[in-house]
Amino acid sequence: MSQPSSGAKLASFAVIAVVVAVLAGAFAYTAGWFSPESLTSARLVQAFAPAGGPALGHRRNHAKGICFTGEFDANGNGAALSRAQVFVTGKYPVVGRFNFSTTDPNAPDATSRARGMGLQITTPDGDVWRSAMINPPFFPVATPDAFYALLQASASKDPDAMKNFAAAHPEIQAFGAWAASAPWTGSYAEEPYNGLNAFIFTDPTGAEHAVRWSLRPQATPQPISPDDLAKLGPDHLEQEIADRVAKGPQSWTLVLTVANPGDPTADPSKAWPADRKSVEAGTLVVQQVEAERDGPCRDINYDPTVLPDGIKVSDDPFPAARSAAYAKSFDLRTSPAEEAAYPHSAAATGAQP
Amino acid sequence: MTGRDTASFTVLQRLLHWLMAIAILAMLFVGVGMVATIRPQYIPLVATHKTLGILILLLALIRIGVRLSSGTPPLPADLPPPMRLGAQLSHYALYALMIAMPLIGWAMLSAAGYPIVLLGGIRLPAILPPSTGLHALLWTAHQYLAFAFFALILLHLAAALFHALIRRDGVFQSMTSGSPPKERAPAE
Repeated sequence: MSQPSSGAKLASFAVIAVVVAVLAGAFAYTAGWFSPESLTSARLVQAFAPAGGPALGHRRNHAKGICFTGEFDANGNGAALSRAQVFVTGKYPVVGRFNFSTTDPNAPDATSRARGMGLQITTPDGDVWRSAMINPPFFPVATPDAFYALLQASASKDPDAMKNFAAAHPEIQAFGAWAASAPWTGSYAEEPYNGLNAFIFTDPTGAEHAVRWSLRPQATPQPISPDDLAKLGPDHLEQEIADRVAKGPQSWTLVLTVANPGDPTADPSKAWPADRKSVEAGTLVVQQVEAERDGPCRDINYDPTVLPDGIKVSDDPFPAARSAAYAKSFDLRTSPAEEAAYPHSAAATGAQP
Repeated sequence: MTGRDTASFTVLQRLLHWLMAIAILAMLFVGVGMVATIRPQYIPLVATHKTLGILILLLALIRIGVRLSSGTPPLPADLPPPMRLGAQLSHYALYALMIAMPLIGWAMLSAAGYPIVLLGGIRLPAILPPSTGLHALLWTAHQYLAFAFFALILLHLAAALFHALIRRDGVFQSMTSGSPPKERAPAE
């Protein structure tokens, strides 16, 4: 064994220091520590928070909601588009959540235009399909970055912020027109719930189809003005759906819409033409409604990238961004400190010590 | 730990070491990279992370079995006792993390109620029932231990280079060429 001279020793220490520093630097770079401006799930979720801070223990958006359980009755028609077991004729259990767009879990119903449904369908083969849908027929903006800019503009004190945003993102006008003209209803049961994002369905032969899906209500929508809805009380929607389902199950038809070649799959702000092929794949039957606090939907993250074999993401950039943001929201709201702010009821914690 | 007379690790041990070195470094970079992005690559990065994690768990189990049966070459007799202790403790910690990190990740996803699907559609069962309390605990542990793991790897690398460049005692070569360094002429 030869020992290096002190000069060589110093050089060797320098080599070691450089190797370690380069590796640590590459790690920090990958973690985004040198690019604090890039859009992360933390920043996206933070952008939802109202001035007074988020409602602890609750979802960071669509914070007000109520759980339901039921089943999805597949009629077999969807099996031509996807090999997923959920499209094979049969009944599969669901756990879902009616909700509307707000960061305040106590927001009055008439304060929010966009209503939503989180849905989880489980099949015997072990696959799970989760989706979070809303009632507008298209998304307000074309990209996750535009959505982040929209959140910032909405929260901005600059009186021109929204005007400037709309100038830079003209696609928002269609959403504005929908919000101004589409009738309101007084029931979650009377709303459609649209997936909006395009996904790739793989059929049993291996062929792929770009698909968007919607749940169309079998109940007839009864239009109501927002003023009249407000008069029914701040929590009318939850009371109404609980009463309604207690009297009888409520149903939606699952419609799969197939893109023509060339239809935009990467931009959920652009609806596909109405003449596209559509397939009615089955019926969602909501059989029971339960409060969220102790309900089965509370701790489900309705991450739209939880998909069965036979459905995968397309070039639509939203599902990845939503997955990352939903996970962040889930991690925050289920932390012990936040759960303490939205505790399970005494009865539930007594039953499950 | 059984000692061996030979100066180097077996071919299988060296193969496992370098394979896992690549896998674990890739794993740590994928991990910090995926939580920093909302871009489309988020989805394949997460799937890769889960898959690599299970692969590392399997390799670590094989590696510990091989280590128990093959032993290790002895450390140089002149290695100062604090360095000898440091070497032993850091290796125990590395083995513990190789096993614990994938299990914590798997348990964390289980507790959150996520289906666990690897690349290729391989589905793993949940190893914990749904529990937000456990999820929060495991998620925090996974995050902090990941940084500890990376720091330990940097220390391991620095120590290996210290053996290779400064002590020149054959420890580094026991995991590379498999033969001790040749005696060098004083002029070199």
